[in-house]
Amino acid sequence: MSDVGNKEFSGAAEYDVKSIKEEFPILNQEVNGKPLVYFDNAATNQKPNVVIESLNEYYRLHNSNIHRGAHTLADRSTIKYEDTREALRRFLNAGEVEEIIFTKGTTESINLVASTLGNQILNEGDEVIVTELEHHSNIVPWQMVCERKKAILKVIPVLDSGELDMDAYSELLSDKTKFVSCNHASNALGTINDIRTIISKAHSIGAYVLIDGAQATSHLEIDVVDLDVDFYAGSAHKMYGPTGVGFLYGKRAVLESMPPYQGGGEMIREVSFSGTTYNDIPFKFEAGTPNIGDVIALKHAIEFIENIGKSNISKHEQSLLKYATDKISKIDKVRIIGTAKEKVGVLSFIIEGLHHFDIGMMLDSRGVAVRTGHHCTQPLMARFGIEGTVRASFAAYNTFEEIDTLIEGVEKIAKLAR
Amino acid sequence: MSNNLSVYNIQDQIVEEFQMLGDDRESMIFYIMELGQQLPALEEEYKVDQNLIKGCQSKVWLHADFDGEVLTFKADSNTDITKGLISLLLRVLSGRKLNDIINAELNFIDRIGMGGIIGSQRSNGLAAMIKQIKLYALAYKSKLGV
Repeated sequence: MSDVGNKEFSGAAEYDVKSIKEEFPILNQEVNGKPLVYFDNAATNQKPNVVIESLNEYYRLHNSNIHRGAHTLADRSTIKYEDTREALRRFLNAGEVEEIIFTKGTTESINLVASTLGNQILNEGDEVIVTELEHHSNIVPWQMVCERKKAILKVIPVLDSGELDMDAYSELLSDKTKFVSCNHASNALGTINDIRTIISKAHSIGAYVLIDGAQATSHLEIDVVDLDVDFYAGSAHKMYGPTGVGFLYGKRAVLESMPPYQGGGEMIREVSFSGTTYNDIPFKFEAGTPNIGDVIALKHAIEFIENIGKSNISKHEQSLLKYATDKISKIDKVRIIGTAKEKVGVLSFIIEGLHHFDIGMMLDSRGVAVRTGHHCTQPLMARFGIEGTVRASFAAYNTFEEIDTLIEGVEKIAKLAR
Repeated sequence: MSNNLSVYNIQDQIVEEFQMLGDDRESMIFYIMELGQQLPALEEEYKVDQNLIKGCQSKVWLHADFDGEVLTFKADSNTDITKGLISLLLRVLSGRKLNDIINAELNFIDRIGMGGIIGSQRSNGLAAMIKQIKLYALAYKSKLGV
């Protein structure tokens, strides 16, 4: 793969947001006659040239099915596909490359664990703990397996600040607890959870832990060995990569103990009508032809983050968050939902007397893209007694001027509040 | 209350109001929101599930009242923009004879370019509101057997 468009960003130099933004062609356009301000990054962030070029190059030059071909293209595709697995291993600081399984995304990763290990070890009366902060994707798969196995789903409550009630968590843990599944950062409020404590407490009573890293991968340093986490899940499209690709990290011993997820090609060692033996990890969990071109492009997204430096991105996003929070707090009738001390770049708010749909549409008419609604966290919205929020979420390419545009829009809309 | 202007004249009036806003999408949405805020709230007794319009992303309640001659509508929604849209529809269609509602050709939505202003989901909702208003008129007509 050529390094076309792959700019080196020096972490030591001042954060050059202008150069970074130039790597994202989609951002250079007008929407409704105004320059696009893209603040819907928690839903999906935009793709840099290196990712777009990789997809283009794959289908122009390399497209071939992987792992079994005897020809040059198949070999090339296989090497590139496996290169991404190694890049992810490095990105997560996993010990072994076989501990990385490709999936469609975080949702499938969670479903994989719930329906294999969950199905295998849960018995009647056992308990699974999730939190009130979870995305539906980290609630429903557990509800489904709990229903099947007559197990019980327990929920760690959220404090008014949007932080987890860690005392309540300690009280929920018991010898019945088999799984704890929680997000690293909340998509709706931005809260960064103390997953180190969550993991160690769960392990002290012998429970497995899955961390939903969808909102963390492009913002927070992740070291799965240091965290000692059993499973860590993420989505490529929230880390400047393509949609339709995600990953599941799992500890080797745990993955080996698990039954396969789906049956098909790739996951088998030998098939006969009297029985089938399964392949080793990670292939045991990768049935069928995977999303090869998008997996290959993910490597370039990872390198894009690494080249800028995740801590540099994070520092920039934290400055944006602080700037936006200070400004929006001064607007009458605006209420921020989620005031945790540690947050990723997510600013969720409501304007009293106005519906979030209307606010989103008004902002859109100014070229500002935000998300409105319940953000797939209906239990959390119910906890705060609201139907939804307006959510602005920040990425590496966002600027302070863009926040000014958002704030001007919110100031104007808030005047309509009664 | 009967509607004095013809369906066509009222639509011309609405189109003129929007033309005065120029080509600015933000001003148009602001205007729709303000119209929504001016729409009188529907009495709570009518905000029931059977009055909800299916096919709208926001909640829209539509209550019809037929006095034997003209059909009058009252409506409400949980969002101001949707209220604004339905207030425009009621300006054109409420307080009219059944046949006038059934036969009304609505052109102001296309003439304003409303689809481009409110987006596809709300346009679908707007179409659902029109359909429901006409269905009420048809239902009363068949009930009368005329």
